[in-house]
Amino acid sequence: MPERIETMDDVPSIKAFELPLSVKSNEPVNGEYRLLVLAAPHDILKRCRAGQFFHLLCPQAGGETPYLRRPMSIYGFYPEKGELHFLYKVTGAGTRALASLALGDRLNVLGPLGEPFTIADDWQDLVLVARGVGLATLAPLALEANRLGRRLTAICSARHPDYLMSTDYFASLGADVITLTDAEGTSDLDNLEKVIEGLIADGRADAFYTCGSNRMLRLLQTIGERHGIPGQIALEQQMACGIGMCHCCVRPFNRGDRQVHLRVCREGPVFDMMEAIAW
Amino acid sequence: MVDLSVDISGLKLKNPIMPASGTFSEDLAEVFDLDRLGAHVTKTITRGWRDGNPTPRVCEVNGSMLNSIGIPSKGVGAFIEKVVPFYAHYETPLVVSISGNTADEFATLCSEVSVPGVAAIEVNISCPNIEEDGKAFAIRPSSTHDVMRKLRAATDLPLWAKLTPNTGETSEVARAAEEGGADALVVANTILSMAIDINTRRPKLGNLMGGLSGPSLKPIALRMAYQCARATSIPVIGCGGISTVEDVIEYLIAGASAVQVGTATFIHPTIMLSLIDGLEDWLSNQGLSSVKDLIGTVIDGEQDEAVVFMEAAP
Repeated sequence: MPERIETMDDVPSIKAFELPLSVKSNEPVNGEYRLLVLAAPHDILKRCRAGQFFHLLCPQAGGETPYLRRPMSIYGFYPEKGELHFLYKVTGAGTRALASLALGDRLNVLGPLGEPFTIADDWQDLVLVARGVGLATLAPLALEANRLGRRLTAICSARHPDYLMSTDYFASLGADVITLTDAEGTSDLDNLEKVIEGLIADGRADAFYTCGSNRMLRLLQTIGERHGIPGQIALEQQMACGIGMCHCCVRPFNRGDRQVHLRVCREGPVFDMMEAIAW
Repeated sequence: MVDLSVDISGLKLKNPIMPASGTFSEDLAEVFDLDRLGAHVTKTITRGWRDGNPTPRVCEVNGSMLNSIGIPSKGVGAFIEKVVPFYAHYETPLVVSISGNTADEFATLCSEVSVPGVAAIEVNISCPNIEEDGKAFAIRPSSTHDVMRKLRAATDLPLWAKLTPNTGETSEVARAAEEGGADALVVANTILSMAIDINTRRPKLGNLMGGLSGPSLKPIALRMAYQCARATSIPVIGCGGISTVEDVIEYLIAGASAVQVGTATFIHPTIMLSLIDGLEDWLSNQGLSSVKDLIGTVIDGEQDEAVVFMEAAP
């Protein structure tokens, strides 16, 4: 038994905030997704990083009472405009409640939370690969890549061309945008692999970033291992606290020669692509 | 100026608000100053590494929550090396929650965590006792008494026994814990519960069953806190469904000397600060100078029928 306890050097600084933000707009962007724009203080927005999320306290609406908060990745943060953006698909009680928010309504948010994407110094050519709403999580990464002067290819996949999102946004940030859709028969994994191998052959793939698709993760892991290309993935998991206290949101990861359980809210939501385990 | 301080069998707390085990960690220091709290209560630790239960580990039910986390733990070594030094930054006393599969294992861990920097030990006797076919120690008075005797012999630190609502013998278990050596009772843990997805016909939790917490639990835990306060002479710490200052006041009136806040922190991470401020305001408005003046003031004698009639009139 130790005689006395060594004290750590510093107390952690405050990094996340619980506060009500007012709704600037909450409109459909296509048949499936809606864009929620909140007015946010500058000091919160300047702390945000691509890949982080907020934990949203959904209001009561339509006779439903969502109890736990809902994690939502940041779609955009703009300190200069004082805006925080979320792109979401209405799928359950929480997102139905979010869809009911109108101009001027208040939404209690907690954040920013979680570990963000990182861009290593020698990753000059970035490849973003995502499907559906996974693109929302990668959108702020494109902004950061543009700011750092990195070259960017965004491979955007969806069921139908109408459901492709953020392609104009990626293009406006100087990205080469490649669209693949089920309707056009171009989104199958064989074709995706050919597209990515083409980028590698052209020397345009130093790192991969992905989100949201099991099949894409497996493919990128295979290609990454074949060519020694690193990558990162943003993962989702049901959460309760969003801060790391409850250990609800653990997922298994391969680390070294063993499997470890990590909290998506705390050690993630962004993880090393090669350590992630397909679900 | 209202005096919010309370005394839990010799351990002085600056206010009666503290987190419930499992709903608090060092991570919360990135949201507010942890020194505002009356005490810090860690997630339950076990002697060795535990991974916890399969996912999904949580689901929501009617404005409350079910969980089956399964006590993931990095073990006592990591706790002493990393967690205790973290809390040593703060003046607020550190209470470590522990659990064991057998009474002897429990007692060994109790001794191992009795280190400088730990102010009290909360013994989670609501967890399954492997020697009793998985029945929680605190379901029965005899197993409660036996394990508390062993824990009492294992440490000189104050022992808080966390009771389970999954018993039909609340008062008897409380008395058994006191006789076994508990310095305080934490009342109570979660209620064993279940939820099923009617579309998939599968239980909503990976572990099939889990613990109910949140506002639904409050009337039950409040009743237990009241029973335990009447049945014993040691302090009771109320725990279960507290999310408003009125909830805190109810527990104190029922006989609790302090309260633990759990699931509500998931909804509002800063709620404990609001409860401390709200309690001070309420006491001040009531003209009370000390929170101690409120504890155990429930009027549980015969109802005055005339008063009931008058207040029920439109």
